[in-house]
Amino acid sequence: MSATAAESAAPRDLTAADGGQRSAVRSLLRLWPYVRPVRVRLFSAALVAVVASCLGLVIPLVLKWIVDGPVADRDTGGVWLGGALLLGVGVLEAVLFGLRRWLVARPLAGVEASLRGDLYGHMQRLPVAFHDRWSSGQLLSRATTDLQLLRLFLAFPLTFLLVNGTTIVAGCVIMLVQEWTLGLVILTPLLPLMVLCSLFEVRYSLAGRRAQDQLGDLTTVIEEAVLGVRIIKGFGRHRSQARAFRSLSERLLGTELHKARLLAGIMGVIMALPEIALGAALVLGTLQVADGSLSAGTLVAFLSTALALRWPVESLGYLLAMSNEAATATDRYFEVLDTPIPPDTDHPAGVRGAAPPGGGLEVTGLRFEGVTFRYPDAAPGTAPTLSGVDLHIRQGETMALVGATGSGKTTLTALVPRLHEVTSGRITLDGTDIAAMSRAQLRTLVAVAFEEPTLFSASVEENVLMGAGGAQDPDVDRALRVAQADGFVAALPHGTATQVGEQGLSLSGGQRQRLALARAVVGTPRFLVLDDPLSALDVHTEAAVEAALREVLAATTALVVAHRPSTVLLADRVALLSGGRVTAVGTHHELLRGDAEYAALMSGDQAPQRGRERKRSAR
Amino acid sequence: MTTTVDGQPPESGPGTAKAGAASEPTPGRTPGPADGAPPEGAPPEGDPFDSDVLPAPPGASRRLLGSLLRPHRRLVAAAAAQLLLQQAAVQAGPLLVAYSLDNAVPALRQHDDHGPLIAVAVAYLVCALTAGVLHYGFIRTAARVNQTVLLALRGRIYRHAQSLSVDFHDRYTSGRLISRSTTDVESLRELLDEGLQELLTMIISVVYIAVLLLWLDLGMGAAALLSFLPLVLLVRSFQRRSMRIYRSRSTAIAAVIVKFAETMNGIRPVQSFRREPANDEAFRELNDDHRRRNGDAILEMARYVVGSRLTANVAVAAIVLWGSYRVASDELALGVLAAAALYLRRLYEPIDRLAMFLNSLQSAAASLEKIAGLLCQQPSVPEPAKPRPLPERKPGSPGREVVFDSVRFTYRTGDEVLPRFALTLPAGQVVAVVGATGAGKSTLAKLLARFYDPSAGRVLLDGTDLRELDTVTLRRAVVMVTQEAFLFSGTVAENIAIGRPDATRSEIEEAARAIGAHEFIAALPDGYDTDVRKRGGRISAGQRQLVAFARALLADPAVLILDEATSSLDVPGEQAVQRAMDTVLRGRTAVVIAHRLSTVDIADRVLVMEGGRIVEDGPPAELIAGTGRFAHLHRAWRDSLV
Repeated sequence: MSATAAESAAPRDLTAADGGQRSAVRSLLRLWPYVRPVRVRLFSAALVAVVASCLGLVIPLVLKWIVDGPVADRDTGGVWLGGALLLGVGVLEAVLFGLRRWLVARPLAGVEASLRGDLYGHMQRLPVAFHDRWSSGQLLSRATTDLQLLRLFLAFPLTFLLVNGTTIVAGCVIMLVQEWTLGLVILTPLLPLMVLCSLFEVRYSLAGRRAQDQLGDLTTVIEEAVLGVRIIKGFGRHRSQARAFRSLSERLLGTELHKARLLAGIMGVIMALPEIALGAALVLGTLQVADGSLSAGTLVAFLSTALALRWPVESLGYLLAMSNEAATATDRYFEVLDTPIPPDTDHPAGVRGAAPPGGGLEVTGLRFEGVTFRYPDAAPGTAPTLSGVDLHIRQGETMALVGATGSGKTTLTALVPRLHEVTSGRITLDGTDIAAMSRAQLRTLVAVAFEEPTLFSASVEENVLMGAGGAQDPDVDRALRVAQADGFVAALPHGTATQVGEQGLSLSGGQRQRLALARAVVGTPRFLVLDDPLSALDVHTEAAVEAALREVLAATTALVVAHRPSTVLLADRVALLSGGRVTAVGTHHELLRGDAEYAALMSGDQAPQRGRERKRSAR
Repeated sequence: MTTTVDGQPPESGPGTAKAGAASEPTPGRTPGPADGAPPEGAPPEGDPFDSDVLPAPPGASRRLLGSLLRPHRRLVAAAAAQLLLQQAAVQAGPLLVAYSLDNAVPALRQHDDHGPLIAVAVAYLVCALTAGVLHYGFIRTAARVNQTVLLALRGRIYRHAQSLSVDFHDRYTSGRLISRSTTDVESLRELLDEGLQELLTMIISVVYIAVLLLWLDLGMGAAALLSFLPLVLLVRSFQRRSMRIYRSRSTAIAAVIVKFAETMNGIRPVQSFRREPANDEAFRELNDDHRRRNGDAILEMARYVVGSRLTANVAVAAIVLWGSYRVASDELALGVLAAAALYLRRLYEPIDRLAMFLNSLQSAAASLEKIAGLLCQQPSVPEPAKPRPLPERKPGSPGREVVFDSVRFTYRTGDEVLPRFALTLPAGQVVAVVGATGAGKSTLAKLLARFYDPSAGRVLLDGTDLRELDTVTLRRAVVMVTQEAFLFSGTVAENIAIGRPDATRSEIEEAARAIGAHEFIAALPDGYDTDVRKRGGRISAGQRQLVAFARALLADPAVLILDEATSSLDVPGEQAVQRAMDTVLRGRTAVVIAHRLSTVDIADRVLVMEGGRIVEDGPPAELIAGTGRFAHLHRAWRDSLV
């Protein structure tokens, strides 16, 4: 949830400053495969824009012709011709600019869409470990803001760096050819302006970055204040949170004002310097007009051209800044796209998979063999989460998985559908190594219900049907009955057609958990993995779900994470996970009697319990 | 708790507004999932809290803006003055050109008089410098106003959201609230930073130029004004059409974002249930839809730009033609024509960009409306005007007596949750509340924690009405631990210290030890100093709940409320909590709500609730021995243990 904080803290976050111009170009070149399909239109549009922009420079020349020609000669007929010329050039310019936009509008929207589509497709196939590391805010900003930036880059800076460059050169040439002294006067501020602008750009982008980071921190405080409002209220911590908020806001204010100071300085110079040059040119030009070495028309055309060049010159800074931002956005985009999707199968099916494990072990069912798992981002030197788990769940059997908080139960369940890949060891389904199956194949065999039930923005029915490709309405009804969800679903405004999830009706934790359970059982999967599927249910509902679930479990091979004796009772046998390995397997009663740790976990009928009883009786 | 928020793009498009320089609507603002148009599955009952815009009296936006700007009246006036003078200096240029051609040139030619030319030189220099300096001043003044207004607005939203009662937060999703204080403030920032000052500059320059043209030559000025007629029509038609197009585009991108966010937040089920191909298909549809709308929007902009450029160029050609004609027939001075030509260029230059500013204006207005609606919400649990102190705790009895004095609670909608009831919890009593979901257990707890106020009756703490206690006193006395164990960014120690900020490290560790959280905290990479948001700070739901308990323990309240606070704990964790309640919290009044009947073991008294009423009340042993609902439940639960 603290996307912004993570973003600003992440070392991989790219800065525009560290790359420099050359690598910015290299970054942007990576967009070529996406631009290729629309290259003809893009290049024609650029060409059209160059022509249109240069036409703008013709207007002052026409003006000059009118002033020095027909006007000076008092030739009213010639004026008409000049006017017609002016009109023609003007209309052509407008039409060409329109043509440019029309040429690129749809193609560039298409480029943006295809970039986004690729990102989405890649993102949803990246391993869960990747998603654990990346906040969704980071990914989302890449799919939206960054891509819009890229489209804008293709539409404007890419074209206009070329267009403005050509226009500026053409304009300079026109001015110098007409009267080189005046031309030089007009062009003098160009060099100091460019130096000042590049100095400014460096300092401003530093300040901008700082402001961005501070805004991110502020956003984190805001998000937390909203998400944790019940805790802040509960402990009366308004003031300390508000203090943190205020100090962050004030820091941001300071940075913003610093930015404004920088901006004001450069804008003031940009405003004054060319104007002074223009004034000098006017004075010089007037002298020349007075002594007859310059025509009035040339002076007017001159000033007019200088005015026309102002925008192309001023915008160069913006365009370069946008290009830099686009380069950063490209890097951020490809950062995700370059993350490799791990190969679907470790090795060709059959090599290690089909051969039954040595020792004549029973091959059917779900088997963990020496499974070790360490989170890819775990600090070096820490113990792996799971180290050498051996467990066999026979075909048709239900195995409960019990362990203390943080013992790795959820991690173990995530290994079965290969949401995480085992670090070493292997997991087999009916003798086939899951690493040898394609993920799609594996996941048709295994259905999962997670502790944190996620519903998607779709109808109840669609949410449940996600669990199985070919399931029918009766299957949905049956699954809802198993999860004891049929009652409340029927009471929803549109029954099973009611929209739920982020965009629909919000359901309670228990209701969501029951729908997630229904989703897991709808396809009568061969293997079922349930992670504490009843934790959010009240006692009545829990009992009813258990009764119905028992029938489903009878027909599948299941691994059920359990915190409570009631859930354990669903299982045929129980495995105790402790210190990263399975330390005991047996029935509930066997373990309750024979294993102290298990007994403590299940009923607490151990030393602490007795101590407590004593205290109670003393009271 | 992560789902709603993650939809928000964390950064506002960096510098996207700059794109405006090339006349394109600013796309920086992307609506979050809670934003944008209502989804197809709009809730049936039409609760105003389900929409982004909360009901507000008319003119609320305007009043909000006024109240934000009023403290800065002087600065606003200064900025306006600077802008007016600056534009005057800027627009003097062409006038000086006219003067040069019509006065300085003849003076030089005929009398070799350099006076007028020197005047022009000095005037030009003064104007240029003045324009530069005033521009510098204006940007700084405007930034000061803008940024302090934004600071005030952020602060107001923040404080207001915090002062609104839990009842409000229960109904207005956190995603929306965060959207208000980030995306919506951001769109105002964009307007203030980039849009507004350009728009003002544009308006002032247009007015100046029109006046100057009229003054130079009435006819040409009138012709220029006439050209504004088609331009205004063009802008209005663009506004009308673009509003529709942009709205449908923002709906389309909102749908894309929702799909994207949902896939990411549900990546485990997505991959487990092989939703990737189906998702690709669904996403392609949404993405295609957005592509089309995006294209429409760009084309609409193109249409406008071509129209305005065409009008402007035609107007320039016509006016220059007419002017030249008159100069040729000696009705007009050459300098006036030159100045007019230069002015016309400046006059129409910003029109292209106008469309973009109108867009950012519209989006800012929409944002302001949403913010104003939020700020119009009245906290339903107000601070007391004249707070009363609580009596000192009796020595030896750290708990306090709680009395529900003929309390009744109904939702604003009128649905009765708790019919009138009376209940006294003696100081030091541990009360377990059981019952099915929706029986009113949580409402009871929230009334005691003063997250809600009763619709009728009073809740008394040692004889004092909760409504008469200030927040600090109340929260020192009553602490509630809920199911959602939210951790704030920072270290584990800091998170525990929320219970008592002045606690020492040893007190923090003591609290963690008492609740059985010390072991796992010590095993974290940096122990108590582990940042809960950093890598390696993998903290499970159960562990989060233990931290929340340590927090409550450290707060040392007279009354402790546990609202299903043990649901993610395993049996040993739950027992550690119960042990802590027996030892550390001994003698404190406690209300424990739990699905799990194990909690009942430690209770002195059990309340069984059903349909908002307390249907059974007594010591656990007595109820278990009886034949009521509780006895039945308890027996079933006991059976599962053996």
